[in-house]
Amino acid sequence: MSDVENKVKEIVVEQLDLDIEVSDLNNSSSFVDDLGADSLDTVELVMALEEEFECEIPEEDAEKITTVQQAIDYVTENA
Amino acid sequence: MTKRRVVVTGMGIISPVGNTLKTAWDNIVNGVSGIGPITHFDTSDFSAKIAGEIKDFDVKQYISAKEAKKMDPFIHYAMAAGEDAIADSGLTITEENAERVGVYIGAGIGGILGIQNTTETWLSKGPRRISPFFIPSTIINMASGNLSIKYGLKGPNLAMVSACTSATHSIGMAYRSIVYGDADVMVCGGAEYASTPIAIGGFSQSKALSTRNDDPTAASRPWDTERDGFVLGDGAGIMVIEDYEHALKRGAHIYAEISGFGMSSDAHHMTAPSPGGEGAARCMVNAINDSGFNASDFDYVNAHGTSTPQGDKGESDAVKVAFGDHAHKLAVSSTKSMTGHLLGAAGGIEAIFSVMALKDQILPPTINLNNPDPECDLDYVPNVARESKADVVISNSFGFGGTNGSLVFNRLQAK
Repeated sequence: MSDVENKVKEIVVEQLDLDIEVSDLNNSSSFVDDLGADSLDTVELVMALEEEFECEIPEEDAEKITTVQQAIDYVTENA
Repeated sequence: MTKRRVVVTGMGIISPVGNTLKTAWDNIVNGVSGIGPITHFDTSDFSAKIAGEIKDFDVKQYISAKEAKKMDPFIHYAMAAGEDAIADSGLTITEENAERVGVYIGAGIGGILGIQNTTETWLSKGPRRISPFFIPSTIINMASGNLSIKYGLKGPNLAMVSACTSATHSIGMAYRSIVYGDADVMVCGGAEYASTPIAIGGFSQSKALSTRNDDPTAASRPWDTERDGFVLGDGAGIMVIEDYEHALKRGAHIYAEISGFGMSSDAHHMTAPSPGGEGAARCMVNAINDSGFNASDFDYVNAHGTSTPQGDKGESDAVKVAFGDHAHKLAVSSTKSMTGHLLGAAGGIEAIFSVMALKDQILPPTINLNNPDPECDLDYVPNVARESKADVVISNSFGFGGTNGSLVFNRLQAK
């Protein structure tokens, strides 16, 4: 697992208060459909990614980040 | 049409003197103070350094860590006291009764911790770092809102905001809602967490707080000559009240009846009581009249009694106006001498103590009353609880803005 992938997963587990190990988090998991997040949770999750990776994620991009893999890809490409 | 009778069937409390009904009441009866040094922020630069903090409280016993993160501490306390009150009542919310069960939880200050922290975030990191949960975690009606969501309470859902009268108004209006027929059961009371830097600082600047920092447990001393202001406390006091017939039908345990509610306004000053406590007196008279009892039927007043020089004198005078000659036969005590002043939750825990006085026939003491103010000459149950007949009691709350509320409770057999 790359550093970015690991860090993104740590943030997802912490922000969504998931009762699983970081290594067990599935890349294809959807925040809302699989991980119990609501729309406000996903806003806060994006904020945490911005904070960690010191980047600004525009709203139109944030709306497209709906899975763990999409978050990893976005951060890898933009941060 | 005869008025519906309303009874108390469940109670839950998170307070500086304990986080269960039994512990809190035991401490009150034994005159144990819950006041101590403020531990959760550095008070070096503050004139008041003491409060009634909540101790040994783990919110995760009541809600998940994820939910807890989205609620300011006053809501945590409401979720805990609410859960305990509902469990104590034995009420099960079903599809059939959900629309007839409502919730009114008030607060005076609400999510001031979140407001303070979020303001810091905004100033240091900008608006994009403000949490999407900031508003729903701090606004006062989210105590009611979250209890409603958790238990599926689909009846009326409100929050009274009237400073230190918030919980009393919430219970009173909940009682009215049952009498009027809007609901059969109400979860009601108040919650507060205001022992934060800006709230302690604000009350200090208005000269409202005791600065007896070197002797915390002696700082709250209603009617004592050396009283020098109130001590802030945190917590929540929540009741389940319901239509008497409804309680009988489901075989509920009934603690007491709530039979009267009175309100009034001083129309006088932002923070000081009206001269002679006339606003408070009118409030008590309204509650007495609503209850159908005579003034001479009353045994006990759970006073607002915050330990401020003006407020205690005003209330003492008001009791004399409202009860006339009977005032000197009444016992009048302030449990704030032990809990401190829980602001918008005060009326909730004090309604609970009033009901426990009826249940156990024990009047709680006013502790630290060593040198009674000569201008305050009622029976304040000084320092030691008293076994006594208690059939009818009244609980008072008065708030900034001149907003007053009184509740009357009685043993069922007294009617």
